[in-house]
Amino acid sequence: MIKPFRRLHPQTLRILALAIVLMLTILFFASQIDGYLSPRMINRIATSVAVILPIAIGQAMVVMTRNIDLSVGSVVGIAAYLIGDYLGTHPDIHPVMVVVMALGLGAFCGAINGALVAYGRVPSIIVTLGTLALFRTYLVEYSGARSITTSGLPQWLVNLPQVTIFSIGSFDMRLTVAMSLAAAIVFWVALSRLRVARKFYAVGSNPDAAVVAGINSSLVVFTSFVLSGMLAGLAGFIFLAKFGNITVVAGLGFELKSVAAVVVGGVNIFGGSGSILGVVLGTVLVDTIDNSLTRWAIVSEFWRDALLGMLIMVAVATDTFMTRSFGRMKGKSG
Amino acid sequence: MMLARLKSWEGLLLIILIVTVLANAALAPQFLTLQNQINLFQLSIEKIIVALAMTFIIINAEIDLSVASIMGLAACTFGVLVENGTPAGFAIILCLMLGVLAGAFNAFWIAYVQIPSLVVTLAMLIMYRGIARVLLEDRGINGFPQWFGDLGQKAFLGPFPLGLFIFLVLLIVLGLVLHRTGFGRLVYVIGTNAEVARFSGVRVARVKTILFILSGVISALAGLLYAARLASVRGDAATGFELDIITMVLLGGVSIFGGRGSIIGVLFSILIVLNLRNGMALMNITGHIQTAVIGVLLIMSVLGPNLAERAKSLGKAKAAA
Repeated sequence: MIKPFRRLHPQTLRILALAIVLMLTILFFASQIDGYLSPRMINRIATSVAVILPIAIGQAMVVMTRNIDLSVGSVVGIAAYLIGDYLGTHPDIHPVMVVVMALGLGAFCGAINGALVAYGRVPSIIVTLGTLALFRTYLVEYSGARSITTSGLPQWLVNLPQVTIFSIGSFDMRLTVAMSLAAAIVFWVALSRLRVARKFYAVGSNPDAAVVAGINSSLVVFTSFVLSGMLAGLAGFIFLAKFGNITVVAGLGFELKSVAAVVVGGVNIFGGSGSILGVVLGTVLVDTIDNSLTRWAIVSEFWRDALLGMLIMVAVATDTFMTRSFGRMKGKSG
Repeated sequence: MMLARLKSWEGLLLIILIVTVLANAALAPQFLTLQNQINLFQLSIEKIIVALAMTFIIINAEIDLSVASIMGLAACTFGVLVENGTPAGFAIILCLMLGVLAGAFNAFWIAYVQIPSLVVTLAMLIMYRGIARVLLEDRGINGFPQWFGDLGQKAFLGPFPLGLFIFLVLLIVLGLVLHRTGFGRLVYVIGTNAEVARFSGVRVARVKTILFILSGVISALAGLLYAARLASVRGDAATGFELDIITMVLLGGVSIFGGRGSIIGVLFSILIVLNLRNGMALMNITGHIQTAVIGVLLIMSVLGPNLAERAKSLGKAKAAA
């Protein structure tokens, strides 16, 4: 029975399994919630995924190199708030410049993390635990207890979440969703097609071997943190556009959600393996469950976290058992 | 060599501690009063109790992110049990058993299925907190018996509250276990190299199981103390405490890679963090800045020695050339 699967790479099988779980989840909720498969619900989930997806991709890049970035939530908050604040005083700045600024701000935060981890040789969990608090404190102090409101934002930004590129039936492809997907596609293509991107896998699967092979592993780790910060900056911009009203707690807890999406998406927490397609599926699965439970009449929405935790555990356990049985099979045939 | 470095690390912490205490005493005259010293412990008593268990876990080269959620879960379960007429004394026992169960569940996945503790306890951080929320939704429960609230708030023996007693007893007992028993050595051996430990006949899975159960039950106890101190519980009780707890342990010189660290170092670090926070509070510095200062301290505590070491080896390389 297992024979036909043997030709498939374990990663491919992992993604197949994830896609099936996602489909079953959607079918389950469709049978429970009236009008679940409506374009409105799909739009709702898509715009929600748009915020988390860039963060999850950045987190995946960091996790691939055997590190972790717990500061992403604070970076999202900083980017969303500072950009919103700046737009209040400079409403005429070009939209493209605004996005570039958000990316730059995030990259700057990421560079601080990256420098401390890659060149200061401080474990990433310590660095980003510290900067999680530091970045948030900076934001709280900077804000002086003020909030950003939609009235202070330029009209184009307030309208941005409604901007639709194209529609299939009544499903609208929103610009924010497209931005997020574009980031995913860029990273997917880069990781699977560009030689330079293989370095991320090399450093993650065996740092010593990577150094011997002539890879500047410090630079690779540094880059992964800069990318993670940059993508968190992008998420901050999308967050600002989506909600309009920003307080200092913006992005709180996103670090755990992004790690969850990455782990469910099959990125090995010990580095060296993982795919962007998996991360996309993982993010969609986590967010679909999150969004659907609020609509499910039978259980209260308070079940969200309990089920999310269970889901992560099931995903990781399945992954572990599958990888092990594959290792055993290979051992037998070889 | 290693011993000398460990000693010097704790020496450094002691110097920081003395400077902090002296600065506080000079800046705020009320600092050295007994009542302020007790308050200083009392405000973070739950965190520092859990930090003792976390020390074992991190020396063992694992991590437990679920501690704060177990605290919250125990506190909420206690609230619901008491509300439904369970005698508080019996409810306390049930909640401690719940802590054992939560720790054992973590341990099963970590020690026997061998999934990284970072992943397992992250999932459980979310799940245990989720169950706490299911129990209480967005209500709060207070109406606890008078004696229960007194345990958390009033002086228990002399001027000292119960939490401080529990902390001191655990500090001595766990310190002796870690540094004076064979089990303590095993914790270090596994933390240094679990593979070697396994081949030397150490029952690695059993030691890890004991540690995670210890962490679970101590977290549940701390959660109950938290409920008693505040005389109320909510679904989000103790949220985010895990970060403060881990910071205290790492600042105490316990290596995140396992195998290194001591209870004395963690005690010094706890005292530094408490004194810093208290001193800053007396000087009207807000909670957020306090957290940032401790964050900087945490990063510096690893970065400083790293840079010093590199400067030393650079100097040596130059001398050799």
